[in-house]
Amino acid sequence: MNERIKKLRTQSQEAINRVSAERGLLVTEFYSQKGISKLPVSIQRARCFDYILRNKAICINDGELIVGERGAEPRATPTYPEICIHTLEDLDILDSREKVSFAVDAETRKVFDENIIPFWEGKSNREKIMKLLPQEWKDAYEAGVFTEFQEQRAPGHTVLGDKIYHKGMLDIIDDIHLSLNKLGSNENADSQQQRDELEAMEHTARAIIMYAERHADLLERNARKLDDKSDKKNDLLAKRKAELLEMARICRKIPAKKPETFHEALQYYWFVHLGVITELNPWDSFNPGRLDQHLFPFYTKELEAGTLDRESARELLQSFWIKFNNHPSPPKVGVTAQESSTYTDFSLINVGGLTADGDDAVNELSYLILEVIKEMRILQPGSMVQISQKSPDKFVMKALDIIKTGFGQPSCFNTDALIEEMTRQGKSIQDARRGGASGCVETGAFGTECYILTGYFNLPKVLEITLNNGIDPRTGNKIGLETGNPADFKDFDRLMDAYRQQLEHFIDIKVKGSNIIEEVFASDMPVPFLSILIDDCVVNGKDYNSGGARYNTNYIQGVGTGSLTDSLTALKYHVYDLKTNSMDKFIKILAMDFQDYEYFRYELLNHTPKYGNDEDYADRLFKQVFDFYINAVEGRKSPRGADYRINLLPTTSHIYFGTVIGAMPDGRKAGEPLSEGISPVQGADRQGPTAVLKSAAKIDQLRTGGTLLNQKFTPSFLETEEGMDKVTRLIRSYFKMNGHHIQFNVVTADTLREAQKEPEKHKDLIVRVAGYSDYFNDLGKDLQDEIIRRTEHEV
Amino acid sequence: MKVCIFDIKRFAIHDGPGIRTTVFFKGCPLECWWCHNPEGITKDIERFLEEVELDGILMEKEVELGRWISVEDLMDELEKDRVFMEESSGGISISGGEPLQQADALFRLLELSGERNFHSTVDTSGYASKEKMKIVSRLADLILFDLKSMDDEKHLKYTGVSNKKIIQNLEIALKGSAEVHLRIPLISGFNDSPEAIESMVDYLEPYKRLKVVDLLPYHRLGSHKYQRFNREYLQNGFKAPTKTRIGEIEKTFEDAGYSVNIGG
Repeated sequence: MNERIKKLRTQSQEAINRVSAERGLLVTEFYSQKGISKLPVSIQRARCFDYILRNKAICINDGELIVGERGAEPRATPTYPEICIHTLEDLDILDSREKVSFAVDAETRKVFDENIIPFWEGKSNREKIMKLLPQEWKDAYEAGVFTEFQEQRAPGHTVLGDKIYHKGMLDIIDDIHLSLNKLGSNENADSQQQRDELEAMEHTARAIIMYAERHADLLERNARKLDDKSDKKNDLLAKRKAELLEMARICRKIPAKKPETFHEALQYYWFVHLGVITELNPWDSFNPGRLDQHLFPFYTKELEAGTLDRESARELLQSFWIKFNNHPSPPKVGVTAQESSTYTDFSLINVGGLTADGDDAVNELSYLILEVIKEMRILQPGSMVQISQKSPDKFVMKALDIIKTGFGQPSCFNTDALIEEMTRQGKSIQDARRGGASGCVETGAFGTECYILTGYFNLPKVLEITLNNGIDPRTGNKIGLETGNPADFKDFDRLMDAYRQQLEHFIDIKVKGSNIIEEVFASDMPVPFLSILIDDCVVNGKDYNSGGARYNTNYIQGVGTGSLTDSLTALKYHVYDLKTNSMDKFIKILAMDFQDYEYFRYELLNHTPKYGNDEDYADRLFKQVFDFYINAVEGRKSPRGADYRINLLPTTSHIYFGTVIGAMPDGRKAGEPLSEGISPVQGADRQGPTAVLKSAAKIDQLRTGGTLLNQKFTPSFLETEEGMDKVTRLIRSYFKMNGHHIQFNVVTADTLREAQKEPEKHKDLIVRVAGYSDYFNDLGKDLQDEIIRRTEHEV
Repeated sequence: MKVCIFDIKRFAIHDGPGIRTTVFFKGCPLECWWCHNPEGITKDIERFLEEVELDGILMEKEVELGRWISVEDLMDELEKDRVFMEESSGGISISGGEPLQQADALFRLLELSGERNFHSTVDTSGYASKEKMKIVSRLADLILFDLKSMDDEKHLKYTGVSNKKIIQNLEIALKGSAEVHLRIPLISGFNDSPEAIESMVDYLEPYKRLKVVDLLPYHRLGSHKYQRFNREYLQNGFKAPTKTRIGEIEKTFEDAGYSVNIGG
């Protein structure tokens, strides 16, 4: 890392998160203009986008090579009042909360109080949605049966393909005109809507060009200022001046025209990124996806021409990395912070994989990017390696070489499984090979798919409701079906059947709610800028939020499969097989949270079959639960034509979901966290990593859109070449069994305990949380405790 | 045919090449003072009471150490990690205790392993009859042969048996079809002196088939295990040789032409 990058990295790490009123104020100003509400909605949104980019402050940080900040400075984070409004109370909480706070200064608070809140109250998307959602949805939501992503963020969760590396915005505008010409002068309402949408798209394409030019203007001004200063001959100033002028040249060229150099390509992407996250607050950050593939042609071309060398490419990539790190995720509203006690955006750079033609895609740039990840050691962007059967071992070992430094990146994905998952969903094999994983572990066709995460689903909560005949014991409210008193169930199959019915009932409610929300976004919150980036919105003349993308998927993320499996296993084992307790008694013991039944709890924890040990007694139920879940979800269509599908990942919701459930039959006490992803219950796996992987591979992971499996290793394990090789074999074996993803936390429990005691000494300690990494210090104590507890496979 | 075992360890990566599953046979004729698998010494199942704590409550629980399992069922258990073994050129390992104490079961297991195309490793103290050693060195793919000391007096004192039989058996093992790696536990003051090491090197000199030596520096691991079932803990006072000394020993063996692994 050279001095420039070191300085930028430190600045980024030390910058304070701030709530910025800028965007909220500009949006309010825009919508306060007369006549706006008479315009078609897509045009309103496009003009609003233009208004923000035209009037927002331009920020150029000292020494940087890639320019553009969403706020007025690094980590100044905007709000999106048209989606949801931060109340003054929210702002106070954000300002004062211990973890991941966002500073709110008096001026910002005043602007919210006097301008933003009064204008938007009653008009925000969130309020509209809440009015439309039925009571049964609200009951289930409040009981903690599921969460809803789009309640305060816009649908997003997509990744850019290779479009911008071949087309400038002017080329895209030509494509828009082609679509407009095709529409002709057809007068029906649909055509008019398409015309409006296409016009809106063009407006946003021109807005992003204007935004880049504003940067060029300032870059040139800054260069001129250096002239005034340099009365003496100063090499450094002259060098910086040349850089500023080169950057200005780039900003005048792209995004209007297609990029031709490595630097142009990165800067183009960055403007597009800012556009997407300024237009709205799409869930789970947008990202460039297959960066090594997109940049490789520029890299080799320039290397041959002698206009770029490996070190300058490294420096540009590092500057690019810092831009991501400067952009925390927009803070939430309401007291929902618990759902996600850590909060970062989820950019996930994909490295490796296969080319569209099915060849090994690992190239020289893949290795350079891995080096950048290792050197930068920052939270964002996250990174992952795509490992196919064709990937060389050298590539896997290089990834492990970073993993063993213990900051949780990169995570490992099975390219062959990703592709098979996508082709099963009906994607062309080439589109599938151009795709990968985003967010935590979510499968997607990059550049061609709108895949929306609709929310986490609390699978064990449904068992608790089943055991109480439709009543939520925490509140006494009846929110489920009356599937009968479990004490009357004559066999275990009857219990499973009751569970299945309750599950289908709550999935019905969840899907109904998601469909309502989707329609609100389709009619009221189009995203014309995002739409020009994702195929085939332009060709279809249709917005991303209305089904314009080539592929459309809605995911529901199942949480707590391990806890659910172990609970069902315990019921089968103790009530029906060994008959150590009756169902009635067992449910009473749960209601008492095992008080005075510690011996029984000991048996549940230590002498009852558990998922994660490669034993069929428990694993068979895991498969059955998986089938129930996937069958309950699949086969449903959303209003925009998306297929509902499942994935199995928790982010941090397994902690929140745990707080709403009482004691569980697996021995878990009330309020404790659930298992995460498809990992076994914390500490339940006693047979080592191979048994965990075998258990996890028993479900047909290829039918999902992603599963998350965490494994923790102490560093000692990866010290030698031989140890690294054995972990490589471990990964390859899991992938041979169609495992989707595995990630390693390489750190000792002692280190974590020390970090808990003396956080100030472990500021740079990053751990894998669940599909992403975070600073250990920024995690809540419960989450910290859980990470410490996760089984360590000491060797 | 049944065999008494006390553990099956999956993802064993120190008991032979690749990813392996190691089964530990119960029963050992030796009683080494530094033994870190004391639960492998007695031949049958052992039961004892242990105090455990849960939610602040102390309870006594019976612990059963060891179980009898048919050789066929055992093979099925070991086969569970086939995918990892094939991917890593690993296999199964049989350790203990002393596997040759239950020789018939061991031979049957090795036959089954061969039929199912697994690479098999046997970790032995070498203390068994010549006949048994002959058979195992034909059936196994790799033998990890422990050699503790050339000094018979010390050997007898610290392991409970003479080393004569062991040394004879090493010669037999080196004539069989199995590959042999020598494993030497390194214990300060017992077998790490220059003289002790020299005498081993001299003794091994004629056996050209022996190419690999694993040095296993002693580690204090077993004391909590001893406490569990009231076995006298004799380890106090033992130490691992210093890092420098281990390096010197490594060099001595390397100079003599062996490939040396530390930690094995």
